[in-house]
Amino acid sequence: MELVSPADLAKDTVQAVQDYTVLSVRSVGNLFRQPRYFADMVYQADLIGFGSLPIVVLTGLSIGAELALNSANTLQRFGSLSLIGQLVSVGMVRELGPIITGLMVAGRNASGMASELGSMRVTEQIDAMRALGTDPMKKLVTPRVAATVFMLFFLTIISDLLGLFGGALISTLLYRMDWHQYWSTAWQILVFQDVFMGLLKPVLFGFVIATIGCYYGMTARGGTQGVGRATTQAVVASSVLILVVDLLVTKLLMTIFAYQ
Amino acid sequence: MVAPPSVRTERLPETPPPASYLVVFEDVVLAFEDTPVLNGISFRLSKGETKAIFGVAGSGKSTILKLTLGLLKPDSGRIYVLGEEITERKEEDLFELRRRIGMVFQESALFDSLTVRENVAFRLLEEGNVSEEEVEQPVREALSFVELENTVDMYPSELSGGMRRRVAIARAIITRPELLLYDSPTGGLDPVTSTTIIELIIKQRDVFKTSSLLVTHRLQDAFMMATHYFDRKSNRMQPLPPGTQSEVPMGFLILRDGKIIFDGSIGELVHTQDEYIREYIS
Repeated sequence: MELVSPADLAKDTVQAVQDYTVLSVRSVGNLFRQPRYFADMVYQADLIGFGSLPIVVLTGLSIGAELALNSANTLQRFGSLSLIGQLVSVGMVRELGPIITGLMVAGRNASGMASELGSMRVTEQIDAMRALGTDPMKKLVTPRVAATVFMLFFLTIISDLLGLFGGALISTLLYRMDWHQYWSTAWQILVFQDVFMGLLKPVLFGFVIATIGCYYGMTARGGTQGVGRATTQAVVASSVLILVVDLLVTKLLMTIFAYQ
Repeated sequence: MVAPPSVRTERLPETPPPASYLVVFEDVVLAFEDTPVLNGISFRLSKGETKAIFGVAGSGKSTILKLTLGLLKPDSGRIYVLGEEITERKEEDLFELRRRIGMVFQESALFDSLTVRENVAFRLLEEGNVSEEEVEQPVREALSFVELENTVDMYPSELSGGMRRRVAIARAIITRPELLLYDSPTGGLDPVTSTTIIELIIKQRDVFKTSSLLVTHRLQDAFMMATHYFDRKSNRMQPLPPGTQSEVPMGFLILRDGKIIFDGSIGELVHTQDEYIREYIS
């Protein structure tokens, strides 16, 4: 493995942050400039949104069920089993729904974007697109960013609902809780702040997933090995960034909303 | 403490090149990290001229084409394309100009998720205001020019290497560009297929009289272009009668160590006394 001097490493890192920032800003700015590739956005929304539906349904359902299963045991000891709906509801809507959906979509789509764009890059298809007078940022990046942000928002809502449903199944079938009681407590505990936090996060996560996936794809080099490396880096970087953004946003919103 | 005098890097007054030149390189320098690639390159491509660029691998031949399209920026020097200076132009401001230029990439660079029809029609569809039905006719014409009409619904992965190059030529010429750039169009192809590709390039040159830059490492390709013409009656290329020259002027450019060591006609090339060039062409 080639050794890199600290100065070169720092220079490369600053360059990478600068390139990523430029890509992110342009991906949003292009939404307000002609031409807009609406058909490409719809195609990507189908690919990212409907394509991710099975995995989101499965994880949402199982996370909700597991949350109920694990917390029921503890709540039962204090005679507070009736709180299970509230616990699953707040946990899913505020935290687990967005983050699990974000990580699943990152694993599936950030890798897909990095490998697709990376392959196009190393086979000169991106250069060919530029040579044909088409801006790859507008044609390839912006539709992916817009589609991911839009679809992750709805995927998270689906995940939240299925998580609550999974919790309801465990609570009623295993712990003999009343179905209506579960849903009414789950519903009543939620306040505007919880829902706002739970719906703001997927917007930010979607942006992180798509921009990171596109960035690693657009900067891939070194043939098929380089594409593989870009794909791995995209998944790792987007997953880590989702966790960091989640922490920051949670803390920020808790401060703004003066959570106790 | 006295401050050191500030260094001003004033540029010389610009004198736009005559409109008869489609491409002008003036003292162009480019290095990748610490490796110099082009070291003071200057040449001109006249309207209607075809110029073949030679050099050993890594001599910067393809880089010249990428600089011409603005895909790369030079470290210093000036580049004029179609009468406009592109040296410091932003990427977004280059797309309009690039639509007037056709490029055939080394490995074809066809969009592998699109069919041949979509690849060839790409530029027309991107320019907007045309339906898929309206592009059918120009797509058929372009594919007919390269004799591949029956591949419209195929994907690039289903085509042979030679067919892919021909589709790439069809994609480059569909809008009748003012300038064509060929990056090693016969690279990696067998001799028979290479001849087919060169015949197509000669056909394009003699039928549409489009100016072009052709990068190649195969000397025989450029010699064939200089010594043949396209006969429309027989629909084949034919050797030029002895003592005659092609209607379209043909120039040769040889690169060595990032510099141009030869820029002239085929006559000058075969009579050169430069030992390196004599060895190269022998």
